[in-house]
Amino acid sequence: MAKRIDVSDLNIYYTNFLAVEGVNVSIEPRSITALIGPSGCGKSTFLRSLNRMHEVIPGARVEGKVVIDGQDLYGSDVDPVNVRRQIGMVFQRPNPFPTMSIYDNVVAGVRLNSTRMKKSEMDDLVETSLKGANLWNEVKDRLSRPGSGLSGGQQQRLCIARAIAVEPEVLLMDEPCSALDPISTLAIEDLMMELKDRFTIVIVTHNMQQAARVSEATGFFNLNGVGQPGRLIEFNPTEKIFSNPDQKATEDYISGRFG
Amino acid sequence: MTATKAPTEPPVQRTVRRPGDRIFAGSAKGSGIFILIVLAGVAAFLISEALPALTAPADEIPGGEGLTAYIAPLILGTLLGAVLALIVATPLAVGIALFITYYAPRRVAAVLGYVVDLLAAIPSVVYGFWGLAVVAPRMVPFHEWAADNLSFLPFFAGPASTSGRTMFTVGLVLAVMILPIISAISREVFSQAPALHREAALALGATRWEMIRMAVLPYGKSGVIAGAMLGLGRALGETMAVAIILSGGAGATLNLISNSNPSTIASNIALRFPEATGLGVNTLIASGLVLFVITLVVNMLARWVVNRRADFSGAN
Repeated sequence: MAKRIDVSDLNIYYTNFLAVEGVNVSIEPRSITALIGPSGCGKSTFLRSLNRMHEVIPGARVEGKVVIDGQDLYGSDVDPVNVRRQIGMVFQRPNPFPTMSIYDNVVAGVRLNSTRMKKSEMDDLVETSLKGANLWNEVKDRLSRPGSGLSGGQQQRLCIARAIAVEPEVLLMDEPCSALDPISTLAIEDLMMELKDRFTIVIVTHNMQQAARVSEATGFFNLNGVGQPGRLIEFNPTEKIFSNPDQKATEDYISGRFG
Repeated sequence: MTATKAPTEPPVQRTVRRPGDRIFAGSAKGSGIFILIVLAGVAAFLISEALPALTAPADEIPGGEGLTAYIAPLILGTLLGAVLALIVATPLAVGIALFITYYAPRRVAAVLGYVVDLLAAIPSVVYGFWGLAVVAPRMVPFHEWAADNLSFLPFFAGPASTSGRTMFTVGLVLAVMILPIISAISREVFSQAPALHREAALALGATRWEMIRMAVLPYGKSGVIAGAMLGLGRALGETMAVAIILSGGAGATLNLISNSNPSTIASNIALRFPEATGLGVNTLIASGLVLFVITLVVNMLARWVVNRRADFSGAN
């Protein structure tokens, strides 16, 4: 299922404001790629452009190419709805649907795809997805309760279960642990290590230790000043970024000299 | 948290009482109590004035057949008109609210919202004349068509009214009158549907309509119900428009399109009160008491519906 992502010459605009400029990168399948950088440098914007979620904001548009497995996401005949069905996303704050039960939350995406499923198939899918998100044992007795009754870390794992239930090719995670305590964070990180065998994972994080712990490759975003576009300064194997980065700015950032 | 801890702490620590807090707390409490007193006063007045009619022998009540026989058609008329208005107005109001919040370009949305709100500023007597002079005659063809084609339903049994001054026309005019209430409240709750959940739906590959169905409508449901019940309250109590449009006064019937319609409680009071004397006044007030109870029950039902699935409401 996992797919390779090739980004070339990507510029991202909000109306006339150039937010991210000239990104060229190849993201490997079946691996975790971390994006780090100071606030406002465009890493979240870049992440959201990978499943066309940034278009939700009026006036947002891109130039350049994002190619997943030979298909340009921004081709004229590509429906953003279909793109998002192939590329799942987990957000900063856990956002299970509060009006739905845990069960309904997990199958929400599958129901959208309007494939008719038998009840037993649906039950199996809920179980495998929740097991995949390491949440099954904690919620199996209360699947019909609202998802909003869970703890923050459980809610986030429920969101991951919801995202992987539709078997996406890529999983985007936008600071998935920044609202969670260290124990929950560890649970999510363990989960990511398991999921990378099946999915291509791209994670935005402010936590550099987290990037170092979980990712194979790391991209460092930075901007020259307020009002300037963000750029991908360096993209290298995580080990290299955190030991011997090519760029001075990267070294300054990860060693805590700014940011 | 602090409230539960308070008893275990030494009593020396007194909270500072600021005059501003006390004035605010006092005036807020006073307002609350004032409302209860007014409500109790109205209820006491209605009951004491209605009592003679409740205890009087049947043949002394206007109509000569007792209080129940007098009020029952009025209750039916009131409910028929109001429920018809609600059935017409609610889907329309929800549609308008969704269009304004999620589909219309920003400028169109602002203008449209303003126009819909303006509907609420029109006095009901104007609605009455509009209904009588404009809506009623134009409804006559529909009445005839309904009598020909839908007469198997008790609501369209016919014969069709030639003036259009029917319960059906009243329901439509009431629908227009309650439209702004329902759409204003629906709009408010729809626009507050959290971006978090809307994005969650979109990121799963939801189309805009699916996003609305997953994240906006469930979130706004209790608000829509609350708006609908407010609208129903207004429709139940609407007096002038109904009194002007409806050719009422007939007995209980479900027929919406004929010349003989049951009157409604409020319009019946307005039309009869000036000439009523003695027990007639008490009878009218007794009917007013019934309207009071109906409205109260409607509001309590609405509250119950809203609270029933509070766990899932998104408010937690």
